[in-house]
Amino acid sequence: MTKRVSYSFESTLDTVNRAESMAVEAAATAGFNEDEQYNIAMAVREAAVNAVMHGNSADPAKKVLFVCENTGDALVITITDQGKGLDASHLPDPLAPDNLMKGSGRGIFLIRAFMDEVKFRNTDPGTEITLIKHKGRSAANAKEEIK
Amino acid sequence: MTMKASNRQVNGVTVVDMSGRITLGEGSVVLRESVRDLVAKGQKKILLNLGDVTYIDSSGIGELVSAFTTVRNQGGELKLLNLTKKVHDLLQITKLYTVFDIKDDETAAVGSFK
Repeated sequence: MTKRVSYSFESTLDTVNRAESMAVEAAATAGFNEDEQYNIAMAVREAAVNAVMHGNSADPAKKVLFVCENTGDALVITITDQGKGLDASHLPDPLAPDNLMKGSGRGIFLIRAFMDEVKFRNTDPGTEITLIKHKGRSAANAKEEIK
Repeated sequence: MTMKASNRQVNGVTVVDMSGRITLGEGSVVLRESVRDLVAKGQKKILLNLGDVTYIDSSGIGELVSAFTTVRNQGGELKLLNLTKKVHDLLQITKLYTVFDIKDDETAAVGSFK
């Protein structure tokens, strides 16, 4: 049975922590083990940081939409900001020698590493990122579809 | 969990015992200020004990990299001690495991500083 919850959050650091906590709870309820819960929580945290800090630039007038859906065989989490948009196909590779010692730029890389599927959609204005974790599947087979 | 950092001196090396989460916000700031404070005081042999660090996000990883660079640029050394499996895995995924000098024995780690 599909269960879906959605929340609209302020663009604050507290939202990042709340999104992470909600992801852990949703993952546990969906039956993911502790390692999977950790991975999902980290991916959600990174996505929420991007939405709050980079997308909405912590603008109190802009909201972050958090939607979490348990489809029965997967957990689908969507986070949408109201920022200027993100071209996820042209992000620097944090593993490149020139980028390895940079202090930032690893968030989306980690999201891709920890989730099975990661989708980006330009909501004009804003960016929607969808994170999908299937039950019983390794994150090593992560796929990305950029729309 | 609140991030905490406390320092102790062992044979000329400053061991920074850290606990909690190194994440965007307070945790990253505690790490940044701890290392900057040590470097400002001329303490350039720094061993970060991460044994009680339960979680690091990409911001925390960035702070570790910045701390490493800050100390190295001042002619010092910053090494990591007692990584949890999750932090270890995170540094492997980000290819930083080979960048940092990572130790699992404090006595040996202290003795490895030049």
